[in-house]
Amino acid sequence: MNALTLAILTPLVTAVLCLFSLRSLTLQRFFGVAGMAVLLGVALRLMAEVGDGTIEVVRFGNWPAPFGIVLVADLLAGIMVLVSAIIGLAVAIYSIADVDARRVRFGYYAFLHFMMFGVCGAFLTGDIFNLFVWFEVMLISSFVLMSLGGEKPQMEGAVKYVTLNLISSSFFLAACGILYGQTGTLNMADLALTAREMRPELLTMTAMLFLVAFGLKAAIFPLFFWLPASYHTPPVAVSAIFAGLLTKVGVYALVRVFTLIFTEDVLFTHGLLLVLAGFTMVTGVLGAMVQFDFRRLLSFHIISQIGYMVLGLALFTPLAIAGTVFYLFHHIVVKANLFLISGITARYGGSFDLKKLGGFYAATPLLALLFFIPAMSLGGIPPLSGFFAKFAVVKAGLAGDTMFGGWATVLAVVALAVGLLTLFSMTKIWAEVFWKPAPEGHAPHPGNVPPAERFLLLAPVAALAALTLAIGFFPQYFFDFAARSAEQLLQPEIYINAVLGGTN
Amino acid sequence: MEFLLAITIGVLYAAAFYLLLRRGVVRIILGIALLSQAVNLLIFTAGGLREGGVPFIAEGQTALAATSADPLPQALILTAIVISFGVLAFTLAMVHRADQATGTDDVDDLKGTDQT
Repeated sequence: MNALTLAILTPLVTAVLCLFSLRSLTLQRFFGVAGMAVLLGVALRLMAEVGDGTIEVVRFGNWPAPFGIVLVADLLAGIMVLVSAIIGLAVAIYSIADVDARRVRFGYYAFLHFMMFGVCGAFLTGDIFNLFVWFEVMLISSFVLMSLGGEKPQMEGAVKYVTLNLISSSFFLAACGILYGQTGTLNMADLALTAREMRPELLTMTAMLFLVAFGLKAAIFPLFFWLPASYHTPPVAVSAIFAGLLTKVGVYALVRVFTLIFTEDVLFTHGLLLVLAGFTMVTGVLGAMVQFDFRRLLSFHIISQIGYMVLGLALFTPLAIAGTVFYLFHHIVVKANLFLISGITARYGGSFDLKKLGGFYAATPLLALLFFIPAMSLGGIPPLSGFFAKFAVVKAGLAGDTMFGGWATVLAVVALAVGLLTLFSMTKIWAEVFWKPAPEGHAPHPGNVPPAERFLLLAPVAALAALTLAIGFFPQYFFDFAARSAEQLLQPEIYINAVLGGTN
Repeated sequence: MEFLLAITIGVLYAAAFYLLLRRGVVRIILGIALLSQAVNLLIFTAGGLREGGVPFIAEGQTALAATSADPLPQALILTAIVISFGVLAFTLAMVHRADQATGTDDVDDLKGTDQT
C-alpha cells in the first residue's frame, strides 16, 4: 500500500480505535497521539515520493480516469498533508493536558482524527464531487469538536459556525451540479480539459459559485463573519487546530480550482480575487485592533493573513503562487502555535482577556520567548518565516509582470501596510500580557499547573517555535519546495497527463 | 419540464433564504433543509432531463441506450441526501442543546461571545 492511501487510512483507523476505547482515557490519549505520529511518518514518506515532482495517482477500484474517482498527490497536496500532520501531532499532545476528561469520554480524539481524515482526503482527492464529500466529513467532525462540551459560549459560536458552513456547502454542491451539467465530468483533470472548450462566460459564472463556497470556508471578505464569532469559544486545542488548518483547506481548494479549472477569463476571476484579497487583509487587521480577547484578536488575524494567500493566488505569477504555498505552511504552523500559547497564558493567568493578564515576562521568561518567535514571525520580522512569506508575495506584486499592472503595486503596498498593523497587534499582546505588571489580583501562577501538564503544554509550542525558526533560517530549502509546487500548479498539463495517463 | 423545474427551484431557494434570514433558530434549520432540497433539484435539472429510459443496460447490450437518463446526477443527489440528512439530524440536536444552554432560540440574543 502506498503512502497516498495510508495518509487517508491512518486517521480513519485511529478514529475507529479511539471509538473502541471510549471508556479508557489513557488508551484514547495513546491512540490519539500515536495515530498522529504515524500520520506524520506517512506524510513524510508521501513527501519523499512526490518531493521530486512526480504526481502520484491512485484509481478507486482500478476504474480508469475520468470514469472512476482518483486520488492525486502532487507537491502542493504533499506539503499540505505534511503540515497538517505536524499540527495534528502538536495539538494531540497539547490536548492531553488541555482537553478535560469529560470531552475525551465523549469522543474528542475520535472526532479529531475523523476531522484529519476529512482534511487529508480533501487535499488528496482529484474529483470535485469527492472533494465535496471530504469537506463534509471534515465539517461534520468540526461541528462536533466545536460544540463538544456544550458550554454556553460554545453553543452560541457553534450555531453561527454550523449555519454559515452549511450554506457554503450548499453553494459548493450546487456549483458541482451545474459544472457537471455543463461539462459532463467531475474529474478535476478532465474538467480542466473540458473547461477550455466552454463558453468563458458560463465557466466564469460557475467559478463565482465556487468562489462563494470556498471563500466562505476560507473566510475571505465579505464572507468571514462566522470565524471571529466562533473560533474563540471551544477548548484551546480545538481552536488551535481549527485556526491552523480549516480555513487553509478552503484556501487550498481555491488554489486548486483557480489554477487548474478556471483559468480562462483570468483577468476577471483573478482580478476579483485581487480586490477581495485587499479587503480581506485590511478588514481582518482593522478588526483585530479593537479586540482585547486573546483568541478573538488572533481570529481576526487569521482573516487578514488569508488575504495574503489569496493575493498570491490572484497575482498568478510563479513567484506569487510560490509565495502563497510558502505562506500556507508558514501560517499553519505559526497561527496554531499562537493559539496554543494563548491557552497556556489562560491556564497560568486565569483569563483570555488581555486587560486581566500581565507580568508573564517576569513570571515565565521561557513562555515569553516562545510567544515572541511566532508573534514576530506573524508580523513579518526577518529572519523569521513570516518575513519570507510576505517578501515573496509583496515582491511578486511589485515585479510588474502580473496582468494587473499598477493595481498589483497598490495591493503590494496595502500588504506592507497591513504587515505593519499586524506587528502593532502583536506588540499590543506583548505589551499587555508579557510586559506590563500583572493587574491587581491577576498575577500569573505557572505553579498552578502540575509540572507534567506544563511539559505537555510547552513541548508542542516549543517544537512549533523551533520549526518557525528553521523555516526562517533555512528559507531556501522550504522555498524551493514552494517554487516547484507553483511550477506544477501553473502547468496544468503535468497534472492532467498524470491523471488521465497521457491519453489526451 | 425544465421551465417548471426552474420555477420550482427558484421558489425553493427563495423560501429557504427567507427562512434563513429569520431570527428563530428552528426557522433557520428549516431553511437549511429547504436549501438542500433546492440544490438537489438543481443538480437533477442541470444534469439534463431526458424522457423515457431508466439507466439500465438492456439484456444483450453492452452500453446504455441513447435515450436513457444520465445516472450520475442521481448518484450525486443520493449522496447529497444522505449527507444532508445526517447534518440536519446533528443540527437539530445541536440547536436543542444550544436552547438548553442559552435559554433562547432568537439568534439576536446569541451575542454573549461577541462583546469585546
